[in-house]
Amino acid sequence: MAQYFTGTDYLLSLPVVLLTLFALGILLIDLMLPKQLKWVNAVTAFAGVLFATAGVWRIQAVYAKGAGGYLGRFAFMQSMLVDRFAIYFFYLFLAGTALAILISVRYLEIENEHHGEFYALMLLSVVGMMCMAAGYDIVLIFIGLELMAISTYVLVGFLRRDRRSNEAALKYLLLGAFSSGIFAYGLSLFYGLTGSTNLRAIGNALQHQMMVRNGHADPVAVLALITTATGLLFKIAAVPFHQWAPDAYEGAPTSITGFMSVAVKAAAWAMLLRILVFGLYPLRSVYLPLIIFVSIATMTGANLAALTQNNLKRLLAYSSIAHVGYMLLGLVALASVDYTQPAFYDGFKGILLYLMVYTFMNLGAFAVITSLRNREVIGDEIDDIAGLYFRAPTEAIMMLIFLLSLAGIPPLAGFYGKYFIFLSLIESKHYVLASLAVLYAVFGLYYYMRIANSMLMREPLEKELLPLSWGMRAALGVTAVATVFIGIFPNWFIEAVNWSLGLTQATPIAGLMK
Amino acid sequence: MLHLALFTIFGAVAVAGAVNLLVQRHPINSALSLIAVMASLSVEYLLLGAEFVAAVQVIVYAGAIMVLFVFVIMLLNAGEEELTRGSRVAILVGIPGVLIGAVLIAWTLVQHSGTGEVAIGALPGRPETIGWLLFHDFLLPFEVTSILVLIAIMGAVVLAGRPVPTSQQPRKEA
Repeated sequence: MAQYFTGTDYLLSLPVVLLTLFALGILLIDLMLPKQLKWVNAVTAFAGVLFATAGVWRIQAVYAKGAGGYLGRFAFMQSMLVDRFAIYFFYLFLAGTALAILISVRYLEIENEHHGEFYALMLLSVVGMMCMAAGYDIVLIFIGLELMAISTYVLVGFLRRDRRSNEAALKYLLLGAFSSGIFAYGLSLFYGLTGSTNLRAIGNALQHQMMVRNGHADPVAVLALITTATGLLFKIAAVPFHQWAPDAYEGAPTSITGFMSVAVKAAAWAMLLRILVFGLYPLRSVYLPLIIFVSIATMTGANLAALTQNNLKRLLAYSSIAHVGYMLLGLVALASVDYTQPAFYDGFKGILLYLMVYTFMNLGAFAVITSLRNREVIGDEIDDIAGLYFRAPTEAIMMLIFLLSLAGIPPLAGFYGKYFIFLSLIESKHYVLASLAVLYAVFGLYYYMRIANSMLMREPLEKELLPLSWGMRAALGVTAVATVFIGIFPNWFIEAVNWSLGLTQATPIAGLMK
Repeated sequence: MLHLALFTIFGAVAVAGAVNLLVQRHPINSALSLIAVMASLSVEYLLLGAEFVAAVQVIVYAGAIMVLFVFVIMLLNAGEEELTRGSRVAILVGIPGVLIGAVLIAWTLVQHSGTGEVAIGALPGRPETIGWLLFHDFLLPFEVTSILVLIAIMGAVVLAGRPVPTSQQPRKEA
């Protein structure tokens, strides 16, 4: 009983502590900065992200090295499990945040809303994300979720004189709070059923109850599962729980839209996988039909809605919902087979790789849209990007790369995410779903090419060249290089994903060579 | 038996109060229903053996927070109280209803008096247990909650605490 905290606990919480300290530091430093020096906050935030990355690196070096080494360590009385899965997501969050900080600086100056709280909220929301990814206790997961969500609500409403931003924040807040309530209700039912808040204990107790009832789930467990899954699906914005996403994405400051579409979404996915795959795995036969239905609805709804959008941020919002649909297919594959089958790992791998690839290509696309913001032009309509090639050829080419990658064209990164997911679907014998997904990918190509068409074929509305800040250049460079590089040398990244799943064998582009 | 009866009665009161909270038009009426919900919840906690949580529920929620709620509603000029058909029915049925409820509770208590004694601190939800859970088993969630509260304050400051800036040039309407 009397078990006390050791150095391990403190080391494993190091990234979280560092991010919090830097966020508080930004709040204090911000008070002393004159208006022209607000960029110092961005530098501090960036330094915070770097320090946190170093912290994660340290954890990785000490606790997760080697094939036969530890797969993870518990911290704080099993509240937190820092395993390779969590470390992988830590890196994703930090990469997404660093890029979002880079593209925010100039944008906030133009919007005249350059405050230190912006960066502090970003860092604190990463703290929440880390609690979601590493949480092994539903209390910590839920508090992490709320921490991330509340910071994001504020960030969405950061442009206070923009009506769309206010409206988006309010809608997001109301729907988000509502879904959190449903989610908490489901979690409380699980606690009532199993008497524990620990994911492993919940899983074991459910397994036991299933065995006692001859493989049938308790009706209350089904109710708990459905409410929990509703909350989770809402957070990843799957149809029919997606209505908040287009409005929130459109109204938010563009750099925050990018941040939400990658880091916040990755965190929601980490939480979903933690709960559904690690905790509620005994109930997988119950949630499988639900996930199949939601994934089909998501792909259909989002792809059809995206066809007619004229606002770039709205269009990319629907496209990001469609990507969630594809990722859910990976969950379908991994839930429909036993964990000894290859389809389980390929589905898992597909989701993780997809999230990594998506971080770079989608943030890249949002970086280009952010750079269109000018003193006079909001720059998020499809007309605003018209003739971009003649105004800024480099950016136009980069945007084309991001769009092709989002559509999943082979030499680029986006292809490999989809590849593993379709592979896992075929391995788990979901042929109809796989063909449906390929069909919808064609729809996707159409609306991405609409943007490309406007960019390359139409006359520019303005002739003025776009000035680029250094941060924007760095962000665009990193995302473009990553998108191309992952596409050409996927092996390293697939190995990174294998590592995060604890798979020892190096899979040379898996089935491609077979 | 006594336990179950009391639990059911106060559960019903809590649910009725929650429904009333949503149905009422006037914010003060909703706030008063919320007090009823909080108070009956604290009885439920006590019945479950969580004496400390029950006390905190009364002091913090039914006491401090609700006073703040009512203050804010009053400050924001809630408006005249209006008599609807529902409130007339409530006046007519309410007093007999409360009397019946009180008699019911008193009757159950009298019927089951002397079924056992309980000393303060003998129930499972002692402050010591809660302290151990908060600062040992759930230390990390507890600390993260403090950041959560900080974020809420920051959000209020960011969204409402500063004058809205005017842009140098007005934005083109979309």
